[in-house]
Amino acid sequence: MFRFLFDRDTWQEVFDSLSKNKLRSILTMVGVWWGILLLIGLLGSARGLENSFNRLFGSFATNSVFVWGQSTSRPFKGFQEGREVKLSLSDAKNIEKNVEGIEFVLPRSQTRVTATRNFLSGGFQMAGDYPLLDQLQKKKLIHGRFINQNDIDDNKKVVAISEDAYKQLFEKDEEAIGKYIEINGINFTVIGLFEVGNVNMGPSTDMHIPFTTFQQIYNRGDRIGWMMITGKPEYDIKQIEEDSKLILKNLNNIHPKDTQAFGSFNLGKEFAKLTGFLIGMQFLTWFVGIATLIAGVFAIGNILLITVKERTKEIGVRRALGATPFEIKRQIVVEAVFLTLVAGVLGIITGGWILILLDHFFGQGADAAIVNASVSIAVVFIALLILVALGTLIGLIPAFKATSIKPIEALREE
Amino acid sequence: MLKINQLHKSYPIGDSSLHVLKGIDLSVEEGEMVAIMGSSGSGKSTLLNIIGMLDEADSGEYILDGLPIKNLTEKKAAVYRNKFLGFIFQSFNLINYKNALENVALPLYYQGMKRKERQEKAMFHLEKVGLADWAKHLPKELSGGQNQRVAIARALAANPKLLLADEPTGALDTTTSYEIMAFIQQLNDEGKTILMVTHEEDIANMCKRIVRLRDGVIMEDKKVEQVRAEQYV
Repeated sequence: MFRFLFDRDTWQEVFDSLSKNKLRSILTMVGVWWGILLLIGLLGSARGLENSFNRLFGSFATNSVFVWGQSTSRPFKGFQEGREVKLSLSDAKNIEKNVEGIEFVLPRSQTRVTATRNFLSGGFQMAGDYPLLDQLQKKKLIHGRFINQNDIDDNKKVVAISEDAYKQLFEKDEEAIGKYIEINGINFTVIGLFEVGNVNMGPSTDMHIPFTTFQQIYNRGDRIGWMMITGKPEYDIKQIEEDSKLILKNLNNIHPKDTQAFGSFNLGKEFAKLTGFLIGMQFLTWFVGIATLIAGVFAIGNILLITVKERTKEIGVRRALGATPFEIKRQIVVEAVFLTLVAGVLGIITGGWILILLDHFFGQGADAAIVNASVSIAVVFIALLILVALGTLIGLIPAFKATSIKPIEALREE
Repeated sequence: MLKINQLHKSYPIGDSSLHVLKGIDLSVEEGEMVAIMGSSGSGKSTLLNIIGMLDEADSGEYILDGLPIKNLTEKKAAVYRNKFLGFIFQSFNLINYKNALENVALPLYYQGMKRKERQEKAMFHLEKVGLADWAKHLPKELSGGQNQRVAIARALAANPKLLLADEPTGALDTTTSYEIMAFIQQLNDEGKTILMVTHEEDIANMCKRIVRLRDGVIMEDKKVEQVRAEQYV
């Protein structure tokens, strides 16, 4: 059998009979070609979309939950209901120490401020932050730097401002780094200018100053606005949220079943939904692609069936000359597999071109909708393997049809 | 060489069946040249097809070269056809997208012969029918007579024991028919056993023996004085 595959005569026969009717062969191939082109195009774009999501969210620590204090809804340990809950730095430290699977706990404070510079002013959201924020929620800095540990240690009056804030407070093309702006009557040095991303987690912030500076200026002492709890990737963020809330309730004398005391936003849960959507899309892509492929392979089977009918007489002659039914079947199956394989390879190549085009038109720049649209080699090989298997199966139908007719009847056919 | 005893064959037609061969007894010795004659519907083609293992008899005995031909699988029939029989058809039945040389080489391909050897052998047979210069031509580029000569070369290629011809001159004009007959006679002179179906008296008279069929039985079986075809060419 293997010798047969490497025999020049085999391929001469296949090539002869396929090139005899070029139109027929080409039409046959279009079906499979189109199927694999769609499969690769769709899979590639799905991957590209996934990549672009990953790029959008890649700068966030997605396994995170935000927690803030609200007010209690149940009386507990002598406290009345409706008591305002305030989180503190020690709460954050406690969680970091006691909850299993914690990566970081990042306390933040936030307030609304009015900033002025010369005759320009505006209202902004300002947050007091640790340098760690830059790791959890990557800031795209255009100029300068983000807050560092020195700023925290020395309670420095420095600020990183957003592009929007820059536009409101500075003239066009004016250098901002090193300049002073006045925030609620206190002068701050601008150290960084950052771009606001497309996706924002939590309240959007126009200005970041060192956490310690914030606490000092607003006399917050130990109290913090909210905290961002990030779990290690292998831990379930929902469990971490529950554990953390339980500890917080314990520390703050809140009824364990009080659901109103703390507000939270579970980024990990939301992100999981998005990932689920992407998985669904990939499944759909595979489904559509494979269905199209199967349709294409059936088209090949169909045309081969017609071909066999057309070639009944030729097959009769070959059998009169001593071709065994096996040899006839083998030839038809090889023709089918050859057609599917060539069409498949062409489909893979043109599918690659489509992905290149997609990348060229939609994949450029930072905000591209499709990032690095691609299909893994393994997928390509699996698709080819499926093609060959289906090609063989579908080739068997006309092959059996061809040899089911008696040679004498085949010869009588005109 | 060939022995047939009480051969019967019928074809179903709707509810009834048509009894085509009603007990044929025939024996052919090596080196004979037999014409099977009869009007259409007499069963002559059916007989040839059964002898050619393209069709199977309902009952009766058929022995080819000492080998009983009975209940053959398709595969075995194909091997026997390839080894023992050469076919010449009325409509040549060449494969239209293969050139003369490839057509002649086709039975050798199914014998599993190597390409080079095959081509040499095919070329030898093409030379024998005088078409060496036309080896690379497709059937549609050749005349009817030339096509039939290619078909004869193909039938000879596998060196068969028995040559079966179904109206070999049926599609040819008289002059070309005699040319082809001259070839076939020459092959017979060299010792090939030949069985041919024809309904033309002059062609039949160029054989050495005529078997006449009517309504599925042999009416007459006689040796004749062979008319040489060369004299008309």
